[in-house]
Amino acid sequence: MTTITASAGVHGAGDPSLRTRFGWAVTDTLTITRRNLLVWMRVPAYLMFTVIQPVMFVLLFRFVFGGAIPVHVPGGYVNFLLPGIIAQTAAFATFGTAIALAQELKKGVIDRFRSMPMARSAVLAGRLVADTGRMLVTILIIVGVGYAVGFRFMNGVIPAIGMVLLATVFGLAICCISAYTGLAIGDEESVQAFGLIWLFPLTFLSSAFVPIPTMPGWLQAFAYHNPVTYVVNAMRALALGSSLVDPLGPNLWKSLVWIAGIFVVFLPLAVRAYRRAS
Amino acid sequence: MSQVSGGAGELAILVEGLTKSFGDVHALRGIDLSVPRGTVLGVLGPNGAGKTTAVRILTTLLLPDGGRAVVEGHDVVREAAAVRRSIGLAGQSAAIQEELTGRENLEIIGRLYHLSWPRARSRAVELLEQFGLSDAADRAAKTYSGGMQRRLDLAASLVGQPQVLFLDEPTTGLDPRSRLGMWDIIRSLVAGGTTILLTTQYLDEADELADEIVVIDHGQVIAAGTSEELKSRVGGDVVEFTVPDRSRITGAVAAIAEIGDGEPHADPETGVVSIGVGSRGSEALVDAVRSLDAAGIEIRDLSLRRPSLDDVFLALTGHAAEEEELGGRRRGRRGSRAGRAGREEDARATS
Repeated sequence: MTTITASAGVHGAGDPSLRTRFGWAVTDTLTITRRNLLVWMRVPAYLMFTVIQPVMFVLLFRFVFGGAIPVHVPGGYVNFLLPGIIAQTAAFATFGTAIALAQELKKGVIDRFRSMPMARSAVLAGRLVADTGRMLVTILIIVGVGYAVGFRFMNGVIPAIGMVLLATVFGLAICCISAYTGLAIGDEESVQAFGLIWLFPLTFLSSAFVPIPTMPGWLQAFAYHNPVTYVVNAMRALALGSSLVDPLGPNLWKSLVWIAGIFVVFLPLAVRAYRRAS
Repeated sequence: MSQVSGGAGELAILVEGLTKSFGDVHALRGIDLSVPRGTVLGVLGPNGAGKTTAVRILTTLLLPDGGRAVVEGHDVVREAAAVRRSIGLAGQSAAIQEELTGRENLEIIGRLYHLSWPRARSRAVELLEQFGLSDAADRAAKTYSGGMQRRLDLAASLVGQPQVLFLDEPTTGLDPRSRLGMWDIIRSLVAGGTTILLTTQYLDEADELADEIVVIDHGQVIAAGTSEELKSRVGGDVVEFTVPDRSRITGAVAAIAEIGDGEPHADPETGVVSIGVGSRGSEALVDAVRSLDAAGIEIRDLSLRRPSLDDVFLALTGHAAEEEELGGRRRGRRGSRAGRAGREEDARATS
């Protein structure tokens, strides 16, 4: 083999300016985002989890359980269901976030990135951006499938876009929690098990699939104060019109307060877990 | 940015009194290292000796508790960003995303080193070519053999053209042929002027590649020098042979006790008996044959050899290099000692 030259040094001496560093943070985040999305598209199991499974949930609840769940919503159960299933899917999509970060941590990928002169924030930021993008694709697919099985937006285009945005921002907040658990636990199987423990109750014990008054009293207390309920109610009001379902105002501001609270608590926790990760 | 005083013009790496503990575990108890530019330092030690902790501190992944470390004139704590611009880290394929192709992997790393897209692409092509991966460039890395993945990982660590390269056990788990290929690559990097710090638990690897070797055990440097210097510390030549009939080992030890400088060393499992004979090489060899013949002991594989780093490790630590390892990874005795390792495994299997 010929001599391999390595010692030329692509980088000049001296620390780059703040502005350059900010620019790098953005491009590094986009590079990591691209990498994560490429991986996602290459693994059939990931596509399966993010596309097929939510679609199956829509069909299952629409055609199997739906008939047994009485709701007083224009357009029937499918209109009640869609916002709920979208919120749940957004939350469940973050399983992938936690698992991927735990894998990368265990395999040493994160260490390797941290030994490089790239922006340190990019691994976490790129993961959140890629997973949010992935989540948005899933949400749009569910809306499409929903339309095929009878769902209709009844409140105009802007509120419909607002509903999708609210779901995405909510998903991103849950993403921060998952990122924190993935980095803090650092073991793929444990992360997966732990995800089931908090994500299933959080999403099912809410107004996502059934009207809360059908639950026993003690469960109602939890469900009424579950942030997922606020988010789903607000999404429903955006999709169908405030006059026909639970009102938008109180549900929306409570949702936003919860989402902001989750960001404030879990984003720093995730960043700290990432810095400490070793 | 200030140059660290004492960073020393000719030294690529300087480590002084480095300590690191994890709770009660003292991973590093004050180690000193210095690596002149363009040379290879082999850091040798069993698992858990502190090698990886040292590399993690030097590559800015871990903060030391005490002491200091300077890489290319930059303090690893205060000037971590500058250190990261000067170094490359490779080891056990961690940088490789298996679902992506070799080309994509290298392009993405290039972008993370802030190369322009065209430059990242051309750098990927260059490295794929240099590492013999051009034909596999557009296949997913998960279809690569272990040796190819390790080469791709090493290529990834060179994307940024580092002056100092840290190789953390670069051949652990590789088959012998891939290992030799890796050695060739490392040699050519050194020829190109790269400074390399290489950790290994393979004595023959350090022997082959390193200009200087430090032996670490329990978080301390227990010996340092060139391979030759370390070997001479064990003292001269070694006469070694195998006694096929294990029951005769004691007899063999007694028979040759007088020919050497010290006590013979016998391994009851493998039947390998060795004794240091100073500079009386051939004379001692003849004596050994006579004595063993007179005692009527049959032997095999009689040899006179310079001491290996195995002997050095044994002499320095009182235990063999791999003793602290977990089961299933006893690969260290490959190469010249492969036969012996095989027999050792056989002996275990039958006992």
